[in-house]
Amino acid sequence: MTNISTLARGDGQSATPRRPNSHRPARASGLPAWSVPYVLLIPGLLVIGALLLYPLFQVGVIAFQKVGLVQISGKKPATWVGWENFTRIFANDIFWSSLRNTLLFAVIAVSLTLIVGTAVGTLLNKLGRKMSTFVVVGIMFAWAVPPVAQGIIWRWLFDAEAGVINWALNMLPDWLSNLLFGRADWTGEPWLNDAWSIYMVLIICVVWASFPFVAVSVLAGLKGIPAELYEAARVDGSSAWRTFRKITFPLLKPVFAVLTVLSIIWDFKVFSQLYVLMGGPSNREAFNLSIYSYAEAFRPPPKMGSGAAIALVLTVILLAITAVYVRQLVKQEDM
Amino acid sequence: MTPLARKRLGKIALNAAGLLVFLFAIFPVYWMASTSFKANDQIFTTDFIPFPTHFTFEHVDRVLSEGVAGHSIWLYMRNSAIVAIGTVLIGAVFSLLAATAVARFRFKGRNTFLILLLIVQMIPSEALLIPLFLSVKRLGLYDQLAGLIVVNVGLTLPFGIWMLRTFVAAVPKSLEEAAWIDGAGRLTTFWKVLFPLVAPGLVATSIFSFITAWNELIFALVLMNSSAGYTMPVALQYFFGQKGTDWGAIMASSTMMTIPVVVFFLLVQRRMVSGLVAGAVKG
Repeated sequence: MTNISTLARGDGQSATPRRPNSHRPARASGLPAWSVPYVLLIPGLLVIGALLLYPLFQVGVIAFQKVGLVQISGKKPATWVGWENFTRIFANDIFWSSLRNTLLFAVIAVSLTLIVGTAVGTLLNKLGRKMSTFVVVGIMFAWAVPPVAQGIIWRWLFDAEAGVINWALNMLPDWLSNLLFGRADWTGEPWLNDAWSIYMVLIICVVWASFPFVAVSVLAGLKGIPAELYEAARVDGSSAWRTFRKITFPLLKPVFAVLTVLSIIWDFKVFSQLYVLMGGPSNREAFNLSIYSYAEAFRPPPKMGSGAAIALVLTVILLAITAVYVRQLVKQEDM
Repeated sequence: MTPLARKRLGKIALNAAGLLVFLFAIFPVYWMASTSFKANDQIFTTDFIPFPTHFTFEHVDRVLSEGVAGHSIWLYMRNSAIVAIGTVLIGAVFSLLAATAVARFRFKGRNTFLILLLIVQMIPSEALLIPLFLSVKRLGLYDQLAGLIVVNVGLTLPFGIWMLRTFVAAVPKSLEEAAWIDGAGRLTTFWKVLFPLVAPGLVATSIFSFITAWNELIFALVLMNSSAGYTMPVALQYFFGQKGTDWGAIMASSTMMTIPVVVFFLLVQRRMVSGLVAGAVKG
């Protein structure tokens, strides 16, 4: 008996390549078949609507309102102020320096992350299996460190008195140090006081933490390229750079596109690391848009309206970039 | 130089470069861990002390007993764990339902939903911060871990669905069809056939949400008021005091915060890459 039923089942399976969903009877649950996916989506849609889309709409509203302490406590309703929040922040130098910091940081950090990550990914692909695993595990540590701890670690490495970086710079022979930096003594050099050097440390910190993801992704992509292509290039006497430009890059283009946009999005809104490196929102010259928005809205006296206006500017920039990302992913069909 | 010697030299150079990358990545992490076991005279020095020669647990003891901002680090670790686990439990159920819907059914609006998932992931948390703060306050969830959990569910769900849907799609449909033909109902099929096969993917997705919630700073900073409710990322800020920083204590605490993340990372590293660049890395 069992034999026959197994056989029948096997037959039934191969004989029904028709669309299985449409003719499934709605047993047990009692729902009409067409409604099942919608019912399954309800909780997710509620969360996305209430916690992401509605607040996004609200921030657009608040950007045109005055919301201070009285309004937060609910004693007075928020008042409409038109474009006042925007004209006020556009007239503020801090806004423009924040915008400059945000853009400049994103461009430099993203380029460096991609360059270092691609180089390491290519290197990993050339290493033997054991060495490659060893290095991957090592870079995984840097990737895994929580952003707050990243900031803390680099703040400590660049500490003025007891930091390893100042020790290492002091270790350089005096003539070399003089030649490169025009100075030989680095003891007590305060790296985290002015905006330029804060951002230098921030770039090192962010590149250190984010190149592993790029490297591992590039490695995964490289593993998918048939070895014969490289073999042929080698036989033809192609140089390493030419091979990269003519074979590796074109084949990995979709990977690079996604990595670039993801890195841009992550680096645009870097908050935790910068917050730790500057020790809270204190150094106004070193603000980026994220910290500026936070400081306006939550440091006394709270100005939620201007905070929302700044956040809206950041969002518009990010969504414009997102459009590129979404187009890229949609183009790859197969969602 | 013979070709063989050149080849060997090239191999040595490659391995040396690999070792350098390894050191660059690992040294800052090592430095954090080793500083937390050094005595103060080896921490506050202009010399380079590669290993703690007087290995000490004084900093670990101090952050566990005295702690910071009036509470032991245990309390902040516990708060972080409550928020992260709460986020994961709610998120796992919601994302499994939604992922099943998009991976198993063709329905009107499916593509719109998928594009929506992508777009909402790009909304910066700074934009959500102000409205969510006002809502949480109005709902009476201000200064409560529950409020933080709700917000974190929102922050992690879109990516959770996006990642989990590839795992659901990877389970062959024929298995479910076989169960159908044997007379299993929709729920039985889901629990007995699909769920066990998707479980590894669900674990990977959950770990990703856990890490996101565990690391989250900006909402915890804004939504929690009393120090008894701080999560680790917020508590760590209080080590940077007016009268100098207790680096031994802060490194011990950062190390404790980092350990669970590193463990999880090493567990799901491969799946995470495939989830993040889904579809792109097919070669």
